[in-house]
Amino acid sequence: MSYLTDTRTDITRLLMGNEAIVRGALEAGISVAAGYPGTPSSEIIDAFSKVARERNMYVEWSTNEKVAMEVAAAASFAGLRTMCVMKQNGVNVASDFLLHLASSGTRGGMVLAACDDPGALSSVNEGESRIFARLVEIPLLEPGDFQDAKDVTKWAFELSEEIRNIVMIRSVTRLSHASGNVRFGPLPGTDRRASFKYHGPLYDPECGPIIAMVVGAAKLQHGPLQEKVKKAARLFESCPFNTYTGPEKPELLIITSSACNLYSREALAILGLEHRVGILKLVTTWPLPPELIKRNLSRTGRILIVEEVLPVLEEQVKILAAEMAEEIGAKKFYGKNSGTIPSIGEMNPDFVLAALSSILGVPYTSVSPPFAEKAGELARTMTPGRGLTFCPGCPHRATFWCIKNVLELDGREGFVCGDIGCYVMGTLPSGFSTVKTLHAMGSGTGIASGFGKLKPFGMTQPVISVCGDSTFFHAAMPALVNAVHQKSPLTMVILDNSGTAMTGFQPHPGTPENVLGEQVPALDIEALCRAMGARVEVQDPFDLEGTRATFHRLIEYEEGAKVLILKQACALSPERRGRKNFEMSVDEAICLGEQCGCNRLCTRIFGCPGIVWDKEAGVARIDEMICVGCGVCADICPSGALIKKEVAGT
Amino acid sequence: MSDKRLPHDPYNVIITGVGGQGNVLASRVLGSMLVDKGFFVTIGETFGPSQRGGSVMSHLRISKTSVWSPQIPGFRAHIIASLEPIEAIRVLALYGNPEATILCNTRPIYPVPVIRGEEEYPSMETIRKELRSLVPDTLFIDATEEAQKLGSPILANIIMLGAVCGTGVFPVDRHDFRHTISERVKKDQVDINVSAFDIGTGLVPA
Repeated sequence: MSYLTDTRTDITRLLMGNEAIVRGALEAGISVAAGYPGTPSSEIIDAFSKVARERNMYVEWSTNEKVAMEVAAAASFAGLRTMCVMKQNGVNVASDFLLHLASSGTRGGMVLAACDDPGALSSVNEGESRIFARLVEIPLLEPGDFQDAKDVTKWAFELSEEIRNIVMIRSVTRLSHASGNVRFGPLPGTDRRASFKYHGPLYDPECGPIIAMVVGAAKLQHGPLQEKVKKAARLFESCPFNTYTGPEKPELLIITSSACNLYSREALAILGLEHRVGILKLVTTWPLPPELIKRNLSRTGRILIVEEVLPVLEEQVKILAAEMAEEIGAKKFYGKNSGTIPSIGEMNPDFVLAALSSILGVPYTSVSPPFAEKAGELARTMTPGRGLTFCPGCPHRATFWCIKNVLELDGREGFVCGDIGCYVMGTLPSGFSTVKTLHAMGSGTGIASGFGKLKPFGMTQPVISVCGDSTFFHAAMPALVNAVHQKSPLTMVILDNSGTAMTGFQPHPGTPENVLGEQVPALDIEALCRAMGARVEVQDPFDLEGTRATFHRLIEYEEGAKVLILKQACALSPERRGRKNFEMSVDEAICLGEQCGCNRLCTRIFGCPGIVWDKEAGVARIDEMICVGCGVCADICPSGALIKKEVAGT
Repeated sequence: MSDKRLPHDPYNVIITGVGGQGNVLASRVLGSMLVDKGFFVTIGETFGPSQRGGSVMSHLRISKTSVWSPQIPGFRAHIIASLEPIEAIRVLALYGNPEATILCNTRPIYPVPVIRGEEEYPSMETIRKELRSLVPDTLFIDATEEAQKLGSPILANIIMLGAVCGTGVFPVDRHDFRHTISERVKKDQVDINVSAFDIGTGLVPA
């Protein structure tokens, strides 16, 4: 039994924000959850899958976020409570369906859990998902701490059923991946039945067909959608999760939500300003409840809005303040637009401390300046950066090594269009800086498809795209279809490492087992690409010679789209972890070090953390603790000084 | 709720190191032990690509009153437990102060620029001298070496956790540790984890 299904209601547990969201959904009696992996959201579906059997749930990792939302919506249409889960840019992927779903409405409570990543700690964007709630006109809830994450999630299902529409919960990395005390509530029974009722009249919310909108009949559905938003705003007026803490008439009012609530509280406590400054913590950040906002804006003339990514809350508050100006008077606003709060990056207590210090003229020094100066100097001079690099034994290092060498030898200034996964590091020296474009899931192959058609304009550079196995299914397939159909001579490299590696080995349509541990049909990437009409080759990237030769053949073939599938499991995968194929060593008699003329290829260029440069001896060495014995480096040393010895039994 | 007073509330602990050293497990175990004792605990962690050989940090806030920010405000750490020597310096520059306690493992993990010979890793002697000059209460612990003696270098994280508890700040002992670790590791791994915890506790002067 998982601790997430503990039936005791008097207990307090240390839960991650993501686990608190899961517990809240379980307390609401959720039946179906679907998502696509993405930091910081992935633990939600992983946690649901562990309690699925016990809680009578269906849980899946879907092909992409749009499909996940559609799968979850079906459960709602059949009367069940359901959730779809994704990171911020996943909402972009799902947004076309979301727009139409908001229009058709839902039946069983449906919640979209979107986890944003302010500061892009694990993203290639600092996207803002909250805008979508405003854009498609659905309620938005932002839990302000860990207990909220559970309680607000449970309430979101009730709200969804009350207004008959999907409700969005927005978390952030520092809530999803942080942990705190959570008090448990009761779990309901698990006997739930599904049935889709469609025999009633069109648009009947209980038993009609569920249709977004009949063409040309916008009034029929858009009007009711806006009525739902108004109803949500009325309910939000008395929502117990919106709280004001502080004096009746503060000198300054902080309006905040999400993790910024915790940063604001901490800053006030450190400065001892609790009797001078009030905090309005808002969970219901769209639509804002106007009366509640009016009451609180009336408390004072100065307002500080603390939030992350875009000034979404700030702008909504300002709109209301402008509308109410006659009653509440002019206000002085501080926030992202005034520059009081940084417009980019993650927030923390120190930014709020600085904002309070400047607005109220309260001095704040955290530590003596000489200490900060000296410690800063040590950090600058004594701590070489760790940067980002591929793991020892990562197949991507071998792949990019081959790509680099093939493109250099080819000499036509070829390049790689990158995609989303660990292989984004192809943009860095660890991937030999071969990747020259990088955007969204599946975009590498779409862009490469376009580059491939620029020959009439004199462009002769060979174009390679890379994408992982999970990314292939998620969004790269339509791009490949396009390339084949348009006869674009790109070479698409599919880095098949047997799982959604970057986010923690979630299954995908190409793996033989789903998240519930059931055997499922594994789609064959090679067969799919052949069926599309691409020229397909398959290689093991650890076979450097064979891979290079195949690459050369493919980039010289100009008749249409080519696919090279490089199959080798991730070094962290369960099948490879802790298993060495080779014992590696350096023959010091052969390694010529700096005299070799190789420019220390193994340590300076190849850069596997398992090979260390021994300065005193002037030779390379293997770090036994780090090397995982993939054997690839033996094939890059021009002198043959890196020796691989097969480990028995592999 | 334990009657034990915290020297500061919230009390701030940072467990830092390099991705793969197990700082997440160490922080979760410490946090769970303290929640079981009735404290409010907040943990902020670095996830994502940093798990692949990057610098990682867990922030723990321990309080009798409420949860706090998952990020410790600048220069306000009370204990910095570092699984890797230069990571202690990195954290010191952001969260340290002269009154803090530093517990520092002595086993370096070389960053890629050092492996490539582009940058220098400072000598252990320099690290000892500089850390002590800024933070007098700095203790160096051969956690990886001790863990290797136990047969598993990864247990350095538990030895460091034992050292944190060995400071006597928190009302937790080996029995609490055994209870919590039993929920998180395989049965046959519990005893060796408790041994590692004991070694860590023993390495800190009472």
